Amino acid sequence: MGAVDLSPPADDARTAVEVTVRASYGRLLALLASWCGDLALAEDALADAVERALRTWSADGVPANPEGWLHRVARRRALDALRSSARRTSRPLDDAAAPAAPGADPAAIDPDALPDRRLELLLVCAHPAIDPGVRAPLMLQTVLGLDAARVATAFAVPTATMAQRLVRAKRRIRDARIPFRVPGRDELGRRLPAVLEAVYGAYTVDWARTSGPTVRDSLAVEARDLALLLASLLDDAEATGLAALLCLSSARLGARVVHGVHVPLDEQDTRRWDTRLVEQGEGLLRRAHAHGTRGRFQLEAALQSAHCARARTGRTDRVAVLRLHRALVEVAPTLGARVALAAAAAHVEGPRAGLDLLDPLAGPCRAFQPYWATRGDLLARAGDEAGARAALERAVDLTTDLPSRRYLEGRLASLG
Amino acid sequence: MRYAILLHYPERSPEELGDALAESQAAFQAYARDLTDAGVLVSGEVWQPSSATTTLTAGDGGLRVQDGPFADTRDQLGGQFVVDVPDLDAALAWAEKAPSVWWGPVEVRPSATHVESGTWVPST
Repeated sequence: MGAVDLSPPADDARTAVEVTVRASYGRLLALLASWCGDLALAEDALADAVERALRTWSADGVPANPEGWLHRVARRRALDALRSSARRTSRPLDDAAAPAAPGADPAAIDPDALPDRRLELLLVCAHPAIDPGVRAPLMLQTVLGLDAARVATAFAVPTATMAQRLVRAKRRIRDARIPFRVPGRDELGRRLPAVLEAVYGAYTVDWARTSGPTVRDSLAVEARDLALLLASLLDDAEATGLAALLCLSSARLGARVVHGVHVPLDEQDTRRWDTRLVEQGEGLLRRAHAHGTRGRFQLEAALQSAHCARARTGRTDRVAVLRLHRALVEVAPTLGARVALAAAAAHVEGPRAGLDLLDPLAGPCRAFQPYWATRGDLLARAGDEAGARAALERAVDLTTDLPSRRYLEGRLASLG
Repeated sequence: MRYAILLHYPERSPEELGDALAESQAAFQAYARDLTDAGVLVSGEVWQPSSATTTLTAGDGGLRVQDGPFADTRDQLGGQFVVDVPDLDAALAWAEKAPSVWWGPVEVRPSATHVESGTWVPST
């Protein structure tokens, strides 16, 4: 048996299956789920089809259109499951071939080409009726095909807990009959921020729970893939801005921690930045700006771009950076944005100006680590060594990840 | 300041836990390492199930020895970490990283006094 399994035709079939699944998983699942309205059923049917492909393709050869084959078989499996189960569904299930994309002439396109329903799927995952905490995990599992264990690790949640949340969300989508559709322009405008927020959440998860996953376990790359997919499916300034942001930001991942110590942005070795990702991000940012509308993710991407320019020019345009931080606080006045604005202001107008912006935040920032780290830094530059020491010690106490602790302890030691 | 991070959760057998057992052991290992690296850990303990516990009660008939826990509740005290950190915010930052937070409540209790070289000393 083993010898047969290892023979070249079987290997070819296995490779063909793997390549097809890697390239088309999300597309196939989106198409199946939007047809039957049931993500779990679609997942099972697709898994079944993949298993069948592993057996059939090694015997009969790889079909000319592997995606079409998987789609057909999975659809049949889903129909069988629906018929054999006692489950009643009032939803009419069209047994005919999948409809072509609206507006397209059916005769002019490849009959086997499959329409893309991934935008519909992303909108379902971030539907207002779905708990915000499970939106990003749901996207990663359904659109990118990540398994629950991997998602759980990145979110620092036990696998069983994550699996349960995902199952519950999918049941909700089916039972409440959340529609797989792209709404009109106005409603899409209202719904899109939740989609972008979830993708951004998948990216920031490793920075938020820093003592949990390492960069290797994090989903930075997968989140960037989601953002790039979204930007390709939708001609929208903020979606493109988010893709630009994640390209530019993840370009610096390799420079963030060196020898186990956190390196702040301004001190990072630009040779460790990924120039290809920087260029890709810059291109996306130009495309986003061409829309002529402003937004949070475009501003954040523009900030990243201003910092990335140091790799070319050797310096950072502090005035431009400050202007962008001001605009960002206007659009999204989060604590993090306001602390970052104080740090940017200090570079242009001196540490006292930065401290003046920090002072009113003392109450809400009592246990906010970035506030104390920034405060310590600004006090040190203002010459208040005792104050700087107290603030940095406070920052260390609130830091649970080792590279950041080491960095802050280094700062403390340098105060002499 | 010393704080006890008290872990309460429903008790499950290794069979019930399945794959989750190895995963939670790995999570507790990482947690212990993080606490140690940060230099804040005083002690850490995860206990055997409450079925292995014995409770002593003094009454009219003298001392009674009883099988089982003092209080029979759904969530049982399953373990504790004692950390030495400056204040409650820092203790909470660590408590929210406790792996068991996903299964049951995590209680953060400030210490009043503790023993050092045979003498009670204030914990603040």
